Amino acid sequence: MKGTIVIRHNRIEVEGVQNALDAAMSAAGFTKASLFAVRLAFQEAIANAFNHGHKTLPHDTPATVEFSVSPHEVVIAIEDQGPGFQSETVADCTLDENLEIPRGRGVMLIRNYMTEVRYNAKGNRIEMVYRRPPPAA
Amino acid sequence: MPSADSRLRVRKHDAVVQVEFIDRNILDEANIQLISDEISRIIDQESAPKLLISFANVDHLSSAALGALITINNKVRNKSGQLRLASIDPQIYEVFVITRLNKLFQIHESPEDALKSFA
Repeated sequence: MKGTIVIRHNRIEVEGVQNALDAAMSAAGFTKASLFAVRLAFQEAIANAFNHGHKTLPHDTPATVEFSVSPHEVVIAIEDQGPGFQSETVADCTLDENLEIPRGRGVMLIRNYMTEVRYNAKGNRIEMVYRRPPPAA
Repeated sequence: MPSADSRLRVRKHDAVVQVEFIDRNILDEANIQLISDEISRIIDQESAPKLLISFANVDHLSSAALGALITINNKVRNKSGQLRLASIDPQIYEVFVITRLNKLFQIHESPEDALKSFA
């Protein structure tokens, strides 16, 4: 299953995409743990797009979500209309001195839960791949 | 007292205020702000707050929710209070481990264990 959806910053539209992803992954036989991982990464990436990418843009500025779900992998791309950012400039939130800073964990969580994460040069498009883990021995 | 549109269940065990989330998913920033404001009001009402947050009903949370918890922790500490977390689903606990926030927060298996830990 694949699709491209243009969404605005409201809970109903975000949940609509999330529910479509959940349904497609369930139909493709992914486990609850896989759904958790992809849900978390999608929510963090879409929050970054709207809250940071579109920070200086009108609230109803849309972002584009492309996704494809196969039995082997889930690919999600989110493109916002903001100026872009460089993910390597985000401080390491796991350092002792940064543990109590309330922000800056989204990108790190995405990298932990997804198999591959890449950004375009401008930094306004994230592409994330989740590959089905090999079956437990 | 929680309002009719409260996102929390609140109960008192002597000096300890226990809060539980009504929502299964704590993802949406606006919702997180409401929850955070509500917990902040509880902290404001106590002189040295003893706060227990139970995640018994929670399936998902976002980094924004983690950020709100850090802010709540700072507020409690600034009032010489104590914060405990309990009943965190294993998948969500992994998020705390990945972010090392399991080192920052005192996390207990159950509310009963957490209640015993308050000084």
